[in-house]
Amino acid sequence: MSDKIPVTVLTGYLGAGKTTLLNRILSEEHGRRYAVIVNEFGEIGIDNDLIVGADEEVFEMNNGCVCCTVRGDLIRIIEGLVKRRGRFDAIIVETTGLADPAPVAQTFFVDKDVSDRTRLDAVVTVADARWLSDRLKDAPEAKNQIAFADVIVLNKTDLVTAGELAEVVGRIRAINPYAKLHKTQRAAVPLSDVLEQNAFDLDRILTLEPALLEEDDAHDHDHHHGHDHHHEHGPDCGCGHHHGDDHHHEHANHDHGPGHSHAHSHAHTHAHGGGLKHYHDEHMQSVSIAIPGDVIPEKFLPWINDLVQREGPSILRSKGILSFPAEPRRFVFQGVHMIMEGDLQRDWKPDEKRESRIVFIGRDLDEAAIREGFLACAA
Amino acid sequence: MTVDSLLDRVASFDVGAHVTGLGWLGDVAAFALGDGGVILLDPSGDRRRVEAHPDAGALVAAISGERLITGGDDGRIVSTDANGNVETLVDEKGRWIVALAARPDGALAWSLGKDVKARDNRGQETSFSVGSTAQGLAFAPKGYRLAISHYNGATLWYPAVEKGVETLQWKGAHLDVTFSPDNLYVVTSMQENTLHGWRLKDGKDMRMAGYPAKTRSFAWSHDGDWLATSGADAAIVWPFAKDGPMGKAPRECGVRSAVVTRVAFHPGALVLAAGYADGAILMIRLTDAAELLVRSPDTSVVSALAWDAKGSKLAFGTDNGNAGILTLP
Repeated sequence: MSDKIPVTVLTGYLGAGKTTLLNRILSEEHGRRYAVIVNEFGEIGIDNDLIVGADEEVFEMNNGCVCCTVRGDLIRIIEGLVKRRGRFDAIIVETTGLADPAPVAQTFFVDKDVSDRTRLDAVVTVADARWLSDRLKDAPEAKNQIAFADVIVLNKTDLVTAGELAEVVGRIRAINPYAKLHKTQRAAVPLSDVLEQNAFDLDRILTLEPALLEEDDAHDHDHHHGHDHHHEHGPDCGCGHHHGDDHHHEHANHDHGPGHSHAHSHAHTHAHGGGLKHYHDEHMQSVSIAIPGDVIPEKFLPWINDLVQREGPSILRSKGILSFPAEPRRFVFQGVHMIMEGDLQRDWKPDEKRESRIVFIGRDLDEAAIREGFLACAA
Repeated sequence: MTVDSLLDRVASFDVGAHVTGLGWLGDVAAFALGDGGVILLDPSGDRRRVEAHPDAGALVAAISGERLITGGDDGRIVSTDANGNVETLVDEKGRWIVALAARPDGALAWSLGKDVKARDNRGQETSFSVGSTAQGLAFAPKGYRLAISHYNGATLWYPAVEKGVETLQWKGAHLDVTFSPDNLYVVTSMQENTLHGWRLKDGKDMRMAGYPAKTRSFAWSHDGDWLATSGADAAIVWPFAKDGPMGKAPRECGVRSAVVTRVAFHPGALVLAAGYADGAILMIRLTDAAELLVRSPDTSVVSALAWDAKGSKLAFGTDNGNAGILTLP
């Protein structure tokens, strides 16, 4: 449904600058009205009747499925907000510095009343350039927030040297090479780079290349392009039945040799300017595997469904763009833990190299096993 | 099967906002709105609007005698009578009122996060805290006693009795709660699309599962023998006569390709009104499953349904601001 209310989830460790960013969103002239769900009520110094206080309340389900864990407080508040539809255009959910972003994100896929009325737009993480490296060592929440992010606002860059900044960027990229990263002071990022990103919209997953050329902080100016097709496929989670693609493809096998790339390995070659450093985080990493050609859907879909069902708790985010034999369109999927949604999307362009790439960000991922499983799906 | 229609006996009108609740104040229908207004419709068809929650929204509504009680996101609980007199009963300074229960004698209960407050008909106020957010409230049909649904169970509380607390445990998130009219059962709806019930005399658990969506509307038949529920593509009606629903199958009334969102039992006959997520409303007779169409499907969601005390009129409201009255022949 096109009239679903977009929701931005704003995370960040204590003191990183979330409140500064929120205050800007609430006070700047941008012609949009935001309902804001906050955890620390008093911090917002702005009087606005669309600011709602929330007390984090995690609901676990009796089926034991971690991906069905949702935030009860958000469900209640959103149920109330939709009764006042028309007073606001979008919703921002601020989480506490210690919150796990997963139950927040899952609420927008698992709870049907919520997902019928709203759509998750992006997870935005504000990070403190000075302290993030330390927090990544001692605070698992901070690492989760970086791993989960679609957009990272690396704030307080004026408080570090160029070398320290390069180091913290390297540490972020070791965990999450795919998020858009903006370096800021006093959270001064254009709001158009933070809000209404459509990061969970399958149509907007254009490429899965690690974002490494971020020295100039260039913005892509495609924020308002139209969507010409809307698929109404609900996401699935591992505890229930799977939504998959049941098309049957009749095709000849393509004989491409499998190949792969790993996000980490690129970091060295692109180091430039301030000197982008390469780090390897011991527990949280991204895995990116590419096959230069098609995968067989009848092999790939059962494999990916089984993988996220088994490894869902350790896979924070997943995405993929796949080429199926004799299928003119790209198959795109994205997931949060065990919840996945996927669909055939736009056509491959004539000048576009048909390849199949999957990306996972997670904890202690068995990269060799994932690679082996994926390569076995090659056509 | 062709469905006979009562469409020509329905007068509908636009109210301009989400109908969050409704009730009958004698022969005046009162509609609570998400934009803070209350619409009063008298029997002649004249409508007026009063501002119960100015610049805010009525989130929940209950009936207390001949007053409509609304709780708002302005933190206020307001009573509106048939003449349009508006009175603030409670002001919680902007904290959302998301659960509210009222008794005919004027007693009230509301929740603020984990705290539940009860005010008896003389204005005596007591409060009690449950371990997690008090999601649903219901007064017992007999005695000044309250059922509170919350995470991992429900709590029964006598506000006027020291230590008058009994806990009913069941793992999971409980949403709304209802007492059976004979005071023998408490039933909750749950986040995971099930109902849970307790037989109070022995604490025996009842699990009522199989819903594709959450149950957010309960209705007891006038004789107390049936509990109708929303949350499936039919109204699911559980038998509570004699020993309760244990081991018995529910009735499925009004099977359609849309989820039932509201149910309301006729006050004097085994006739159920069911509102659907596609805007349709059916009247269904339990005895022979005969169906009558009250409202045609469109793009709205039925968000409120209530019979008047005599059972001659059914009022309804939708999430996109349509409301109406069916007058039975």
